[in-house]
Amino acid sequence: MRTICFYFQVHQPYRLKPYRFFDIGEDHHYYDDFLNRSVMRKVAQKCYLPMNALLLEMINKYNGAFKVSFSMSGVFLDQLEAYAPDVLESFQKLVATGNCELLNETYGHTLAALKSKDEFQNMVKKHQQKIKDLFNGYQPKVFRNTELIYSDQIGAMVADMGFDAILTEGAKHILGWKSPNYVYVNSIDPKLKVLLKNFQLSDDIAFRFGNKGWDDYPLTTDKFVKWINNVPQEEETINLFMDYETFGEHQWAETGIFEFMKALPDAVFSKTNFTFSTPSEVAAKISPVGKIHVPIPISWADEERDLTAWLGNDLQDEAFDRLFEMEKLVKDIDDDEIQRDWTYLQTSDHFYYMCTKFFSDGDIHAYFSPYDSPYDAFINYMNVLSDFMIRLKEKISEKQLSA
Amino acid sequence: MKVLMFGWEFPPHISGGLGTACYGLVKGMAYHNQDIIFVVPKLWGDEEPLADFVNASDVTIDYREKRFKKFWKNLTYLEVSSFLVPYLGPDEFKKYTDYTIHDRTDVDESVFSNKFEFSGKYGKDLMMEVSRYALVAAHISKNKEHDIIHAHDWLSFPAGIAAKEISGKPMVAHVHATEFDRSGESVNQVVYDIERAGMEAADHIVAVSQLTKNIIINKYGIPANKITVLHNAVLDASIIKSSYKKKVPEKIVTFLGRITFQKGPEYFVEAAKKVIERDPNVRFVMAGNGDLLNRMIDRVAELRMGTKFHFTGFLKGDDVDHMYAISDVYVMPSVSEPFGISPLEAVRHNTPVIISKQSGVAEVLNNAIKIDFWDIDSMADAIFALLHYDGISKMFKELGTEELKKLKWEHVAEKLVTVYQKTLSQKP
Repeated sequence: MRTICFYFQVHQPYRLKPYRFFDIGEDHHYYDDFLNRSVMRKVAQKCYLPMNALLLEMINKYNGAFKVSFSMSGVFLDQLEAYAPDVLESFQKLVATGNCELLNETYGHTLAALKSKDEFQNMVKKHQQKIKDLFNGYQPKVFRNTELIYSDQIGAMVADMGFDAILTEGAKHILGWKSPNYVYVNSIDPKLKVLLKNFQLSDDIAFRFGNKGWDDYPLTTDKFVKWINNVPQEEETINLFMDYETFGEHQWAETGIFEFMKALPDAVFSKTNFTFSTPSEVAAKISPVGKIHVPIPISWADEERDLTAWLGNDLQDEAFDRLFEMEKLVKDIDDDEIQRDWTYLQTSDHFYYMCTKFFSDGDIHAYFSPYDSPYDAFINYMNVLSDFMIRLKEKISEKQLSA
Repeated sequence: MKVLMFGWEFPPHISGGLGTACYGLVKGMAYHNQDIIFVVPKLWGDEEPLADFVNASDVTIDYREKRFKKFWKNLTYLEVSSFLVPYLGPDEFKKYTDYTIHDRTDVDESVFSNKFEFSGKYGKDLMMEVSRYALVAAHISKNKEHDIIHAHDWLSFPAGIAAKEISGKPMVAHVHATEFDRSGESVNQVVYDIERAGMEAADHIVAVSQLTKNIIINKYGIPANKITVLHNAVLDASIIKSSYKKKVPEKIVTFLGRITFQKGPEYFVEAAKKVIERDPNVRFVMAGNGDLLNRMIDRVAELRMGTKFHFTGFLKGDDVDHMYAISDVYVMPSVSEPFGISPLEAVRHNTPVIISKQSGVAEVLNNAIKIDFWDIDSMADAIFALLHYDGISKMFKELGTEELKKLKWEHVAEKLVTVYQKTLSQKP
């Protein structure tokens, strides 16, 4: 069997509003509601609504032969409920077809896997419950961690939670001469299958599709089908993992990205021996070839495919450490707003905005950041965190008084 | 006595402390019924009518005056040799560097026959504005009667020199800051040369502090007996009662000012770390903007005190008052501060202050803790003491406000009149 596995990541953070020193201790609402709403509506119009409609049409047309998978963060789902119930409904319709798999991730799109097993499991369970509630009792079997961050340890934690498979990046420095187009298993717990992103072919669509300076521009389905036919016959799966916002947002409709996707299944069925599968099908049907060793965490970001987009500089480490110092205290507080803010403040994007790798990947960071500089991002986040700490301490002393 | 005074800015349109000091001085002079002709490059029309204001932008130069041409030749050299101008296009640069054009008087005519619109700011044409301003000054001194000339800081020193050359009246140079305060040891040679020329041409020099007087003696080679120290004062010494309330339980220690080399922000950050290690119930605030801001943020993150040390960016209007009002201690760790008015503002808000010995204000404010800017251990000790030992901060609050009441611009103006009289009597 040879198959193509599409997985789309759908996520929007709760961006913080400009939160000043003078607001600490007084203003406990941290989010830029206007900005978050307008981003959600803009992306809904350009991407979510048209692409969901197209996928639904394709799934119906091919009668089960074409399928995709999604991972939607909890913070994204919360914003769908608040700002885009129409989009939520269109996702529900897609899932109801049975040819659209949902993956489990962390509710807060958190980096907790790197810091606290306890909090990581908490965030995974919370997400599981959310998916169940919104999608008619749906129970995901495959896991994807925030930004495809993976290591042997993280894999072992995920296996412990009963998942069949996990998705991650086919990072060059991990694979060496090996190919991402096989199924591997976790090196600690071989029960867990590991699916690796083919970053070459994925990024041809996600990053290079509309780039007129690219040698292979324009990318047609003929060209793409030729490339996948060039993949050695014994290699069984091509994992195309990308942000869902690729369609219509990162690659505008004018680039022809929608038409490309619409025409792709016909080209694949008529000119290749490939099928389409979801991650759980790939994990179930394709036998693993061996263990993959990832002692140091990898991700799908930037040229380095490491963690440096979120952690590593002093700004990021300080913010991250201060946040997780509060973990134990938060656990003891039974308060919806504290729990909600605790979740939203963990979102990896806040740390991404503090990245100072200006010279190599600065462009893409700047594109996604609502701040002028990483320093502004740090100041704003720390002000918010300071207020959160004050609230937390108040709750704790209230609790002690009543006890 | 009629004083012809040259400034660079005047409230409400100011971007630095120079305008505020000129305002206070002019107000004090008005109290003593002194006649002042106050010239600024640009008037906006909403200045308080305290003096006979002259807008340099409105002055048409009489080009038949031969003596002006002599200045112009000297002054164009000044423009040309300036490296203060950061963004020059190639054409402009050619024009600026072409000495021969400036030596031909027929080309020069054009600059004499027109009014020149000054921006009065500190922009890219600063040097050009400084030299044109001098030309205007020469014209004014020919047509406006006066007994003495008074020029504030290097921007108007060429104006003062030109005026003196034309009218022959004595000149007082007022030094509010020197190039060494602004740039440390990496001084801009052109600015230094202008400062020195102004000090040498002046019949007497007024310095805003003993600290500044020492710099003038040591770095500019001016004899001590030519310099008088006149400290700045405050316009209003009344206590400001703010209704603005602090919203955090911790005590607040504040730095407020430009985040630049001169202000010593890094010493504040290091001292903060030492205090927080001993007492976690303190928040530090660095308010302001400047070229060292990002370095300070990096350092705060590196020291892992991001939830205790806050940055507000540039504050204006009410926010400045709010910041003073909620501060429990105000620190000014300046490396070199000719005077430094902000600690006095803090005192008006009943906030105890710590100031560096390298500031002029340390010479007039007794009820403050004075430390060397580099001595972060002493700084940390002082902060800790003011936060925890109520006796000392209470005493500072009471006595500091009393001291403030003695710092009146009327007194400064009175002493200035004596300086004028002495200068006039020395003039043959």
